[in-house]
Amino acid sequence: MNRAYEKTFSVEGDNFDNAGTASIEIKKILKDLRIDEDVLRKTAIAVYESELNIISYARSGNITLYVDDDTINIDVEDEGPGIEDIDLAMQPGYSTATEHIRQMGFGAGMGLYNIKSCSDLFEISSTPNVGTHLKIIIKRNGR
Amino acid sequence: MKLRHLVERLDLGVLCGEDKLESEVNGGYVGDLLSDVMANSSKGNIWITRQSHQNIIAVASLREHAAIILALGKKPDDDTIEKATREGIPVLATDRPGFEIAGQVYALLSNDRSFRAGTES
Repeated sequence: MNRAYEKTFSVEGDNFDNAGTASIEIKKILKDLRIDEDVLRKTAIAVYESELNIISYARSGNITLYVDDDTINIDVEDEGPGIEDIDLAMQPGYSTATEHIRQMGFGAGMGLYNIKSCSDLFEISSTPNVGTHLKIIIKRNGR
Repeated sequence: MKLRHLVERLDLGVLCGEDKLESEVNGGYVGDLLSDVMANSSKGNIWITRQSHQNIIAVASLREHAAIILALGKKPDDDTIEKATREGIPVLATDRPGFEIAGQVYALLSNDRSFRAGTES
């Protein structure tokens, strides 16, 4: 690839009807860029969980995809309640999801953990009552 | 194994995706937690679930599943079928429980060359 690719997707909180729309679009873009199968899988999981976190917990958010020759970068920034205790939120199985969210099969407390597992670099910062920011980097040749 | 073969042998209802029945099924996954299915299923799998709302289609599309089987007579929402048609994901239906269907899918696939029992992708 000669030049980097960048695109931002806005995601509306509590809109489960459109859940996955940004993730599906991002996957199609990466497929067109002929990204390796395993990298595609990791990126799809990380983006989907990020998108669902915005929908499940925040008022709104943006997912920015930036692809260069070596890495896939995903920045997720939301406006919402933020996370009080990040270490706790990172623990698999810990969730603050409502009953409504759980009934749909979301809110199992695997989201952030799965994002981290799929990332080569994962940074999370959050300010309660302001929002949460995820920085995800997945190497294009990384296995 | 061709999806059509599973549909015929297990007498599954085809709710949409009739045109995709020639695609290959290489294994299966059972789950109702979407994060679990996202993380642990594989491309080409047939996904057996009781979830019937439209969000299952994004998961199946992102993981490139061969099809979804709705077990125990679960009826999909209208927008589930609409979305599935748009994304090209066959949605199949059975009145039998997931355990039984999974057992039968496993038995049929285990003789098949393309079958992968593990969760590697």
